[in-house]
Amino acid sequence: MLGYLAQRLGLAVLVCLTVSLITFSLLSASGDIASAIAGEEATPQQLAEIRAELGLDRPWLVRYLGWLGGALQGDFGDSLFFRETVADLIIHRLPNTLLLAAMSLGVMLSLAIPLGMLAAFRPNTWIDRLALSIAVLGQAMPNFWFGLILIVVFALNFGVLPASGSSTTWHFIMPAIALGYYATPPMMRLTRAGMIEVLGQDYIRTAHAKGLSMKRVLFKHALRNAIIPVVALTVVQFGNMLGGSVVIETVFGIQGVGYLAWESITRLDVPVVQALMLLVAVFYIVLVLVSDFVNAWLDPKIRK
Amino acid sequence: MSSFPDPTSQVTEQAAGEAAGPLPVGRARWRDRDFTRRALKHTAFLLGCTIIVLILAMALLAPLIAPYDPYAQSMANRLVPPIWMDGGSWVHPLGTDGLGRDYLSRIIYGARISLLIGTFTVLCSGLIGTTLGVLAGYFGGRVDLVINFIIMTRLTLPVIMVALAVVAIVGSSLTVVILVLGLLLWDRFAVVMRSAVMQVRSQEYVQSARALGCSTPYIIVREIMPNIFGSLVVIATFEMANAILLEAALSFLGLGVQPPIPSWGLMVAEGRNYLLFDPWLIMIPGFAIFMLVLAINLMGDGLRDILTPENRN
Repeated sequence: MLGYLAQRLGLAVLVCLTVSLITFSLLSASGDIASAIAGEEATPQQLAEIRAELGLDRPWLVRYLGWLGGALQGDFGDSLFFRETVADLIIHRLPNTLLLAAMSLGVMLSLAIPLGMLAAFRPNTWIDRLALSIAVLGQAMPNFWFGLILIVVFALNFGVLPASGSSTTWHFIMPAIALGYYATPPMMRLTRAGMIEVLGQDYIRTAHAKGLSMKRVLFKHALRNAIIPVVALTVVQFGNMLGGSVVIETVFGIQGVGYLAWESITRLDVPVVQALMLLVAVFYIVLVLVSDFVNAWLDPKIRK
Repeated sequence: MSSFPDPTSQVTEQAAGEAAGPLPVGRARWRDRDFTRRALKHTAFLLGCTIIVLILAMALLAPLIAPYDPYAQSMANRLVPPIWMDGGSWVHPLGTDGLGRDYLSRIIYGARISLLIGTFTVLCSGLIGTTLGVLAGYFGGRVDLVINFIIMTRLTLPVIMVALAVVAIVGSSLTVVILVLGLLLWDRFAVVMRSAVMQVRSQEYVQSARALGCSTPYIIVREIMPNIFGSLVVIATFEMANAILLEAALSFLGLGVQPPIPSWGLMVAEGRNYLLFDPWLIMIPGFAIFMLVLAINLMGDGLRDILTPENRN
């Protein structure tokens, strides 16, 4: 077990370093930051001054190590566009994205688990087919389009929910539905498949034979075992939602890190983009690590 | 079997594999009568195929069936509503957009963009992912460790952010979008091919081919590939759908295909300005994306059922 944990942790650190290298080199290829700041009419001397000020005249490796060292201490430099440090910018925007991701997870789980379970209890009946259709439709719907339809129906036609912004919790309802529905199908399939497998096991038959009530068998014996992979995937999906929030936050004008990413990319605000990519990646890998550990801990086959 | 635990994350494998469900391993009998019989009985599969054939025909015959030039603007005919709304007429069955361009013609030409992106992205990502997956699965050991590391790194990068950033830096064009998506979307191919090859590798016919002294490339191409081809096709359909959705999202965000090219995602973005009074401007192209992706997924789901009858529950 300990060897397994150490191996996974080592791999995660190595992946983080590689991602930081990719992020940094990708964005240092984005052209001359100095001339972007100074404008087109800057003299060569002004450009040289800006470069010296930002440290752009140093060799590439030195810059990378400097950036990485700063990043490890939470210092990602200053935004080229906002008069703020990158760290402050992200910290101000993060709560909105976390709230959106948490609400989306809520939407996803409350759709996926009941539907997946119902489909597993009654395979190949109308309820199974209904669950499958919901999944198939959800997988085919472009989430930005679904978001816009929600806006047209609930904000413009009925006027019950705000169309755009992030000032109240009401603003997060439609985006959470759009993002959560999109993530539902794989989760539902996983619940269904896990549940069907568990229901075919001997101990379930034994539980039935012992005369336990249907409810007890399902919730006490079956769900507990079927839920392990679902929990693990939920944790990973949370990481995916931070990246996936770029589109939805842009559609709904939510001032979160996804929207910040889009704004910064279109303006080539390199320090912000670098920091965001690294943070989303690190966040994702930490979550994968956590869910691997949860899996290993719950599943004796891996634990040994 | 290696002595230390499988280096792939259980969870990432689940996330990649389970989303697609159980996949066929074993020689897919495409020419089998059984295959045809099951295919003809699978309604969803037939429906998916029919829609795809229709959209494909639309894309190929675009110059013949499109009533207007998709780029021709007409300021006198801006925002004509579609036929089913008040003021609609057969002159412009799906209406016209904010620049007076015929919406039907743009939808018809838009099918070309989506299909082009889907096809070429999958060719590119399928090649990368299959190569990595087959190598990792066949050789195991160190090769497997290294390739797992590459897969892990790729899964860690947020696709949409990286794609947006690359397009913003390199400049957007159809080729750039295809290349970026092709270089990013190979992860599921690699994960699934790897475990499929691991299953097949220990089979008797592979062992005996090795005992007969067949070369490694021969074994991979002639003994292993035919047996994992079913899984490959199923994954390819899902990834094609994925690529089409991502292109639409990139174009919608303004960093994909550029105007005036009629990409469906871009058309939704352009229609956004008229959301309040003319919501059909976003409904129609969004519905087109939805239908194409739905059809491809139905076909993929169907293929999986047909190729793995024993796995259906």
